[in-house]
Amino acid sequence: MKRSRSISDVFQSSLETGAAWLLAVLWISPLVYAFWAAFHPGEYAVNFNLLAPLTLDNFREALSQAPFPRYALNTFILVSTILVAQLVLCTLAAYAFARYQFRGHKIAFALVLVQLMITPEILIVENYSTLARFSLVDTILGIGLPYMASAFGIFLLRQAFKSTPKELEEAARLEGCGTMGVLWRVYVPLARPTYLAYALVSISHHWNNFLWPLIVTNSVETRPLTVGLGIFGAPESGVNWSVISAATLLSVAPLLVAFLLFQRQFVQSFMYAGIK
Amino acid sequence: MPAAILLIAFTHYPTVATVIDSLFSKATAIRPSRFVGVLNYQRMLDDPIFWKVLANNAWFALGTIPTSIALAILMALFVNRSIPGRSLVRMAYFTPTVLPMIAVANIWLFFYTPDIGLIDQIASWFGFSGHNWLGDPTTVLPAIMVMTVWKEAGFFMIFYLAAMQNIPPELEEASQLEGATRWYYFRRVMFPLLMPTTLFVLVNAVLNSFKLVDHLFVLTKGGPDNASNLLLYYIFETAFSYFETHFAAALTVVLLILLSVMALLQFFLLDKRVHYR
Repeated sequence: MKRSRSISDVFQSSLETGAAWLLAVLWISPLVYAFWAAFHPGEYAVNFNLLAPLTLDNFREALSQAPFPRYALNTFILVSTILVAQLVLCTLAAYAFARYQFRGHKIAFALVLVQLMITPEILIVENYSTLARFSLVDTILGIGLPYMASAFGIFLLRQAFKSTPKELEEAARLEGCGTMGVLWRVYVPLARPTYLAYALVSISHHWNNFLWPLIVTNSVETRPLTVGLGIFGAPESGVNWSVISAATLLSVAPLLVAFLLFQRQFVQSFMYAGIK
Repeated sequence: MPAAILLIAFTHYPTVATVIDSLFSKATAIRPSRFVGVLNYQRMLDDPIFWKVLANNAWFALGTIPTSIALAILMALFVNRSIPGRSLVRMAYFTPTVLPMIAVANIWLFFYTPDIGLIDQIASWFGFSGHNWLGDPTTVLPAIMVMTVWKEAGFFMIFYLAAMQNIPPELEEASQLEGATRWYYFRRVMFPLLMPTTLFVLVNAVLNSFKLVDHLFVLTKGGPDNASNLLLYYIFETAFSYFETHFAAALTVVLLILLSVMALLQFFLLDKRVHYR
């Protein structure tokens, strides 16, 4: 009896493993396919011949048709500007919310949390006219500005700061640290995992953001990768398939490589940020 | 507080300004903008496209959310036990999440291309003839849903995985001793314990179904005949293609109301979640 059960157990678990792998293969196949198309000449796009010649022509073609390095640079500037501004602003705001009982702090915090629901993308129309008023349309700063005071960041960091023991702050004050010193020497180092989690989520979010940058930008000098790719891949531009695949891979490559290298941190960060 | 200024400038002020703007008429060269009351809303209610995109959004949410949640739970169950190559499998599930929607749409566009696209090629091996997946009003929304499920399931899996790892293993051992089948264990023990996660994921999924329209730019542009148009994309079109900012403002108000309802819902549901613990 016991024996037969263990056989059926083995059977069941290998069945499950098989199903898990099948789903995994199914899930990764679109990406694998993009690699296939990008590294082979156009006529092999739907012809899966293992002996098909490899080529880099598609990448060369994509690079010659659109300034992807420039787009990548823009994305890089955009993402890092946003991240630095977010870290500074959210740290200050989170510290205030975590440790000071100023008048109306509850209402103020609730107003911050409004942004969790009403993200800047939704208010595109009004935000655009605000930018136009400050003549920041078509600047990288303009793309980043609405995101810099991030409710999500304030929220996460506030949680982290609140769990920091007050005694540590008092000790630091006795040692002669000012408010900024306490923040920099006590709170920030202790919240390092939160910072990492937030940074990864922020980077991948802004690397991938499309709608708002599309509206704000209209020149090569400011366009991030996603918008560049969106214009490049538009059906009416009539570019061939393998070249589009190559361009797609070019624009996701940095993020994808980072993800593969730091897979564990990515998954944990998303988990951490999601659980709140 | 500089954070406060930016928040006010880009969240609170525009929210209020949108409501106010939605009450004014479009400014033209001869006539400046003037107060028109609820006229924009009246026009919205009479606008068949508005109802169309709203229905599309509802179908889109209904079609993608339960499927992605079910798949996410399945994936999390798979990866939660020790199977060979677990981290590779987990990576495969999660990868679509880190890719930008626009890149994903580019890849999938080719799958859906009539005749030469991958799906039609594979279908032709089995003797089916080509189909214009994105050009046919009846298949365009399902086609987009499939892609969205693919993109989102792995993201939701992460939350379930985290929740499952918090379930004490004694519970499963105990239920095995009691002779419960695994399905029974899942249905009566695990799934109820995952409820708070499900609520959290659900709210996020609904929000995403309203916020995520990037793929429409590449795949369909809302067409054919608005068959795949979603509310936020319609707002974009109205404001930046037809330059009807005031009408767009009225549409935005609808979106804001929908989101506020979601926010309240989440607030009360999350309250319940605390009682669970």
